Amino acid sequence: MSTSAPDFRLIDSTLRDGSHAISHQYDSKEVIAIVKGLDRAGVQVIEIAHGDGLGGSSFNYGFSKVDEKGLIAQACEATTNAKIACLLLPGIGLTDDLRDVHELGVGMARIATHCTEADISEQHIKTAKSLGLETIGFMMLAHMNSPEGLVEEALKMQSYGADSIYFADSAGAMTTEDVRRRVSALVSALDIPVGVHAHNNLSMAVANSIAAYEEGAQNLDGTSAGLGAGAGNCPTEILAAVSDKYGITTGVDVLALMDVAEEIVRPMMPRQQVIDRAGLILGYAGVYGSFLLHSQRAAERYNVSQAEILLELGRRRVVGGQEDMIIDVALELTQKHAEAKK
Amino acid sequence: MRCAIIGSGNIGTDLMVKMLRSDVLDLVALVGIDPESEGLVRARGLGLEAPHTGPEWILENASNIDMIFDATSAYVHVRHYQEYAEAGITAIDLTPAARGPKVIPPVNLYDHLDAPNINMVTCGGQATTPMVFAIRRVIDELPYAEMVSTVASKSAGPGTRQNIDEFTKTTSTALREIGGALRSKAIMVLNPAEPPIMMRNTVFAGIPEGADHGAVIDSVHEMVAEVTKYVPGYRLKNPPVIEEGPFHTPGGIVPHRAVVLLEVEGAGDYLPAYAGNLDIMTAAAMRVGEAIARSRKEKDANA
Repeated sequence: MSTSAPDFRLIDSTLRDGSHAISHQYDSKEVIAIVKGLDRAGVQVIEIAHGDGLGGSSFNYGFSKVDEKGLIAQACEATTNAKIACLLLPGIGLTDDLRDVHELGVGMARIATHCTEADISEQHIKTAKSLGLETIGFMMLAHMNSPEGLVEEALKMQSYGADSIYFADSAGAMTTEDVRRRVSALVSALDIPVGVHAHNNLSMAVANSIAAYEEGAQNLDGTSAGLGAGAGNCPTEILAAVSDKYGITTGVDVLALMDVAEEIVRPMMPRQQVIDRAGLILGYAGVYGSFLLHSQRAAERYNVSQAEILLELGRRRVVGGQEDMIIDVALELTQKHAEAKK
Repeated sequence: MRCAIIGSGNIGTDLMVKMLRSDVLDLVALVGIDPESEGLVRARGLGLEAPHTGPEWILENASNIDMIFDATSAYVHVRHYQEYAEAGITAIDLTPAARGPKVIPPVNLYDHLDAPNINMVTCGGQATTPMVFAIRRVIDELPYAEMVSTVASKSAGPGTRQNIDEFTKTTSTALREIGGALRSKAIMVLNPAEPPIMMRNTVFAGIPEGADHGAVIDSVHEMVAEVTKYVPGYRLKNPPVIEEGPFHTPGGIVPHRAVVLLEVEGAGDYLPAYAGNLDIMTAAAMRVGEAIARSRKEKDANA
């Protein structure tokens, strides 16, 4: 582990974004083991919540196996140095949830909106700030907005009091150039730090994160073994290893992160995080990564093609949160096929 | 009945257009706070009074107003609702402030005709509570119901955006109090796609062991027909389905869930047809206002 100050701050979201990949089935034992492992490796921030943020447990997004607030309390107890963070999507979670997790010992709130709807975060950013939480404004599916458009939205979050701004390539749809243009526009327009949350659908997550760093991003997200929505996230241990190669100081112990991925996270994964056809289509069509497993289930249930569902969702320009449209599309495809047979 | 609308945003303006067609509600004024707002300009163009002094104007003119329709925001309604009641003005509240009893017309239109304050829940609540009620009435117990409402970004004004917590809380409460679910959750999503999408609402309901699935489906169809009577653009986007679980809901494990996929096309009175969220809210408020007006007329005739 390096002793000098890190060049960027690593935020690990295995226990939040990773929750999508295991259909929100985390239990206490897994949470405690992952928190302790990441904390020992020197990770500064560990995010935990239902994959769709606080309050996400639902028919639409999948029910959590264990109540998330119980798990968050255990994460807060298990950590020594790492700050515990929660994500919240206005419209799904409530300001009351922020108060609850603050009581449990959470130190950071990330308030996430679709990349064109920052103004629904005002209530929540202000509440998080008033509780004394470090508060990040988090813009999702950022490939659906231009660099200038993102700046406009980010300025709103900055004006509500956000301490820093993130954008998420939630569909893993961005090229390195897409990331560079957005980060540099944000860095030059904002007074606060910028961060990037990358997904791996086009196999670009690590490269895009490094590019973000080079353009001035000061916060980067990863998940252990890439566990996460869609084809998965930027794998924390690989990002740390590649950063070392570039001479970028991360402040984390790369080998300890590999141990967490290999010995704790991989054994509990129901499927390895690969870029299969469905994962690639998400990135290619620009569809929200968490639709992956939901569309797989709907495809099985209604005997239609998952690829067709995902392409139609892309055509409809659905956004994060509209998982109900997966059933809608599956039913329409069933009818279309029935009519075609006649 | 002499009525005023307060709040000259999307909802207030749409309601104004509808109320001018009513034969029992007599619209006196559209009240705002910005004289240059599109709603007030339009009201003046229609020959209506269009003051911009907000709640103050209502209270100053209380002797000439029987009923107000509040289309401001939850915060504004909470601040003034007692003053309206003290001034003898019936308030139909179109914000999610949830001060008075909640009314969803096809379920409980006639239950609160004498209340000084009636809450219209939310647009999503108006669209989905009837479905939850329709399912509940043909099964013994509804352990858990959930709704997801997606509206076009363009149809959600600043009031809606600042009130998103109130929206989900009030809607969720209505699914229990009026829909009859034991537990509930409400979710709201904004979609910025161009051209704007129609309002979409999805209802999920946990169906316990032993329920008559055919009766659930029939009841949903009957209720859709009820709502269509006052919101012509309300329809099932796909036939209702019962999916096999099990599902581990907060109300316990259920073997099935009902999924009802709805679309609401607006009448295009103010915003274009995609803004069904405005339409279902203002149409429901009109229905309540007209029911109150008719009931008072009847009482006066009998007195």
